[in-house]
Amino acid sequence: MNQAIRRSWIVAISMFALVLGSLTYVQFFEANALENNDWNTRQILQDYGKNRGAILVDGRPIAESVPSNDQFNYQRVYNQPEMYAHLTGFFSLVNGSTQLENVMNEDLSGSSDDLFIDQMIRLFSGAQAQGASVELTIDPQLQQMAWEMIPEGQTGSIVVMEPATGNVLAMASKPSYDPNLLAAHDTSVVVQNIEQLAQVPGLSIYFNPATQSLVAPGSVFKLVVAAAALETGQFDAESTIPNPPVLDLPGTDVGLPNFTTGGCATRDTADLEFALEQSCNTPFAQMAWDLGEQAVLEQAQEFGFGERFFIPVEVAASQFPTELSEAQLAQSAIGQFSVAVTPLQMAMVSAAIANDGVLMKPNLVKAVRAPDLSIIDEPEPEVFRESLSADNANQITEWMVNVVENGTARSAAVPGVEVAGKTGTAEVPEQGDNAWFTGFAPADDPEVVVSIVMQDVDIATGAQLTSPNAKRLIEAVLNR
Amino acid sequence: MSEVLTVPRSRRNVEALLLIVALTVAIGANWLVGLDKENPFDSAFWLQGGTLAALALIFHILLRFRAKYADPVILPIVIALNGIGLAMIYRLDLALPADGQPVAPSQFLWTTVAMGASIATLLVIRDHRILRRFTYISLIVSAVLLMLPLTPLGVEINGARIWINVGVGTFQPGEVAKITLAIFFAGYLSTNRDLILLAGKKLGPLQLPRFRDLAPMVAAWLVSIGVLIFQRDLGSSILFFGLFMAMIYVATSRVSWVLIGLAMIAVGGYAALQLFSHVALRIDSWINAFEPEVFNRNPGGSGQVVQGLFGLANGGLVGTGLGQGRPDLVTYANSDMIITALGEELGLIGLFAIVLLYILLISRGFRAALGTRDGFGKLLACGLSFTIALQCFVVIGGVTRLIPLTGLTTPFMSAGGSSLLANWIIVALLLLISETARRPAVKGPVRETFPEGKQNRNTPATDTTREVSA
Repeated sequence: MNQAIRRSWIVAISMFALVLGSLTYVQFFEANALENNDWNTRQILQDYGKNRGAILVDGRPIAESVPSNDQFNYQRVYNQPEMYAHLTGFFSLVNGSTQLENVMNEDLSGSSDDLFIDQMIRLFSGAQAQGASVELTIDPQLQQMAWEMIPEGQTGSIVVMEPATGNVLAMASKPSYDPNLLAAHDTSVVVQNIEQLAQVPGLSIYFNPATQSLVAPGSVFKLVVAAAALETGQFDAESTIPNPPVLDLPGTDVGLPNFTTGGCATRDTADLEFALEQSCNTPFAQMAWDLGEQAVLEQAQEFGFGERFFIPVEVAASQFPTELSEAQLAQSAIGQFSVAVTPLQMAMVSAAIANDGVLMKPNLVKAVRAPDLSIIDEPEPEVFRESLSADNANQITEWMVNVVENGTARSAAVPGVEVAGKTGTAEVPEQGDNAWFTGFAPADDPEVVVSIVMQDVDIATGAQLTSPNAKRLIEAVLNR
Repeated sequence: MSEVLTVPRSRRNVEALLLIVALTVAIGANWLVGLDKENPFDSAFWLQGGTLAALALIFHILLRFRAKYADPVILPIVIALNGIGLAMIYRLDLALPADGQPVAPSQFLWTTVAMGASIATLLVIRDHRILRRFTYISLIVSAVLLMLPLTPLGVEINGARIWINVGVGTFQPGEVAKITLAIFFAGYLSTNRDLILLAGKKLGPLQLPRFRDLAPMVAAWLVSIGVLIFQRDLGSSILFFGLFMAMIYVATSRVSWVLIGLAMIAVGGYAALQLFSHVALRIDSWINAFEPEVFNRNPGGSGQVVQGLFGLANGGLVGTGLGQGRPDLVTYANSDMIITALGEELGLIGLFAIVLLYILLISRGFRAALGTRDGFGKLLACGLSFTIALQCFVVIGGVTRLIPLTGLTTPFMSAGGSSLLANWIIVALLLLISETARRPAVKGPVRETFPEGKQNRNTPATDTTREVSA
C-alpha cells in the first residue's frame, strides 16, 4: 500500500510541476505577447486609471486627475480648459496625448526615474501610484489678459517671456478647444467630439499655434537682417542705404515697394535707424543683397531658426529659405516669400536683443514636484545661443526704442518707460495680412518680451490688436 | 506494507513558530491591501487580524491537548493560505464600485465558522478510525448531498445546478460530499480490499480485476457522470472521479485499475462532448480562446480565461504589488479566478510560493498516510490529499489554459463558504490521521529523551483499534 501511496504522491507532485510550468509559460515567456494583445485593455487602464499628477499654474491645477466611479479610477479634468488647452494638450484614451501631457508624461504618470525612491516605497507599501505635478512658469493674470486680447474668431498668438531666464509668462492662442472633450472615458463620445473639433476653421487640436504654427513674419524679420548687417561688420549706425520707393527685382516684372502711406517716402537714402523706424522695405532688400543669402541665413540660425527644439513642448523649426534668386532674397529680407516663423521664434529674436545678445532657452516648466511636494526637477535657465554681440544688441535696442517713440509702434509706448519694439505686416496670398508686434521693456534693463501675431486681418484691425495690447501686457508686468 | 520511521516528537513549539510566520504573512497582506485607504489600521483590520490570530491560537492549544503529535506544518500552511485569500478578497472589494456588495466580511465569517467546524471535528471525532463505522451512512449522506441541488431547494447559478438555498445564502453540498465520499470509499475499500485484489484474467502484463469487483469503479463513474449531466458541473465531476481513482489505486496498488478508470473517463467524456453543449463549449473556448467569436461569446466564451491570462501576464515575474494591479477586470476574480488575481499582484514568484505551500500541505497529507498504520486512515489521508492536489491542478491548469477552464474553487483561498468549510474539515481529518501516524507506539508517558537514532517500530500492519490515550 505504501508503495502505491508514494506513487500517488508522485502523480500529485507531477500535476503541480505541470501547473508551475504553465504558470511560468504564461507569466514569463508569453507575458509580452499577451501584454501586446489587442484585446488587452490593462495597459490603457493602467495609464488612464492612474492618479496622474497635476499641471499647475501659480499653485492652481489647470489639469488634474480626480477620482471617478468607473473602471478607470481617475478622470482627467481641465480647468479654464480653452485658455490653457494649447499648453496642457490633452490626455485621451482614443488619441493618446499631446503637448505637456505628452512630453511630461513620465513625471505626470509617476514612472520617471526621478521618482525611483517613491516607486520603491510604493513597491513595499502597496500605496497607489501617484504622479509628480508639473508647475509652469506661466503667470495666470498675464495669461488671462493675453487670452482676452485675442478676439473670439480671430486667429492669433501672444507670447510673453522673461528675456533673462527664457521663462514663458504667457502663451495664448486662438482658436482653442476644450481638452475635457477628449478626456472622456467613453471612446464613442470622444470620437464624436474629435469630429466636431475638426470642423472648427483654423483649429488643430494636435498642435500649439504659438510654438508650432509657421506664419510669415513680414517686417519683424528686419530685426534679423539688421543683426546680420551689424554682425558681419558690413554696416553700422553710420551706413546709408539707398531708399527708392520701389526696387526693381531682377528677373521679374514686379517691384518691391515701400509703404506709400508711411514716412519712408520722405527720404531717398536711409540709415538703419530710419529704415527700422519707418519699416522701409527697399533698404533692407538691398542690404540683404550686399550681405548675401548665407549671412542672413546664418544670423537667422543664431536666433534659433532651422532648429526643432523642446521647451519642453515641441517648438517647430522656423524657416529661412535657401538657394534664392535675387528677387526672392529681397522678398525674404522683409519677411515675405517663404520665410516662416513660429510666434515664439519672434519672441526669441526680441529676447536675444534684450538680453545683450544672449538668447536664453525658452522654458515653460518652473518645477516638477514629487507627490510629497519635494522638488525633483527645477530647470535652470540655460543659454541657447550667443545670437549677437552685446554692443550690436544694444545698438538694435536703441533703434527699436526709436521705433516706439517715433516710428510705427507708437501705440506700444508706456509712459515713463523706454519700450523697444518692432511692428510688422506680412502679406499672405489669398487672405488678409498678418499683423505683428515684437518688443521688450524697459529698454535699459529688460524684464519682459512680448510678441503678438494676429493672422488674416486688415491693417487697421491688426494695428489695434498688436502694439496697444503689447503696451498693456508690458504695463501689467512692470506693475506686478 | 513497509514500515515508516518517525521520531515521535510533538513539535508543537515548531508549530507555534510557524503559526507566527503564517499570521505575519496573512495579516501583513491584509495591511498592505489596506494601505491604499485613508486609515489602514481601522477597526475592521484589527478585528479580522485579531480573530484570525485568536482562532489559530485556540486551534494550536487544542492540538497541544488533543492531538499532541499531529503534524506541525499543516495548520500554519492553511492559516497562511486562508489569510492570503482573505487579503485578496478584501483587496477586490476595495475595487468595487460604490454600490458593490463586499465579499470579505462574509468570507471572514465563513473562515470563523469553518475553523470552528474544524475544531469541533477534532473535539468530537478524536480518532479518525471512528469514521470507519460510518462507511455506509457516509454513502447515504453523500447521495443526499449530491441530490439536494436537484430538489426544489436547489439554485442554478451560471448554468451549474450545484447550489442550495439555505436561507442566509447559498451552499454547495458537493464540497461536503467530497469528504463523505472519501470516508465511504476509504471504509469500503479498506474492508473489501482483499476481495477486490482477487485476480481475474491476465492481459499481457496487466492483471485485470474480476468483473464483479468493478462495481465500486462503476459506481464512482456513475456518480461523476451524474454530476456532469444533472448538475452540469465539469469541475466537480473530474474531482470526484480523480478521488475514486486515487483511492482505488492506493487500495489495490494495481495500475490496471487506473487504466480502466481512464478508459471509462475517456468514454464518458467523449459521450458528454457529443451530448452536452456546455462541455463542448468549454473545450472550444479552451482550444480557440483567441478567436474573436469565441472571445466574445456569451455565455461559454473565452473572455474570462483570456482576461485572466492578461492579468497573469501583467503580473509577470514579480507582480504589480498588492493593490497595484487591476485583478478586478477578471470576472469571478475572488472565487474561480483568484489565482489570476494573486498572479497579477504577487507575480510568478508569489504564485510559486503559494503553489509550494500546497505542495507542502499535500505532501504532509501523504506523509500521514504513509505513517498511519490502519488501511482506512491511509486511504482517507491519500484520498483527501490527492483531492486538494487535483483541485489545485484543475484550477491553475484551467486559468493558464493548460486544460479547459472548469468552475472549481481554489482550496482555502476562493470566496465561498462551502468550500472553506469542507477544506477546513479536511484539515481536521488530516491532523487526526497525522497524529496517529506520529504518535509513539508505546503507551504511557513519553520518555523525555530518546536513544540515538530512530525508534524502529516493527508493528504488523493490522488495523488495531487501540484506545486513544487522552
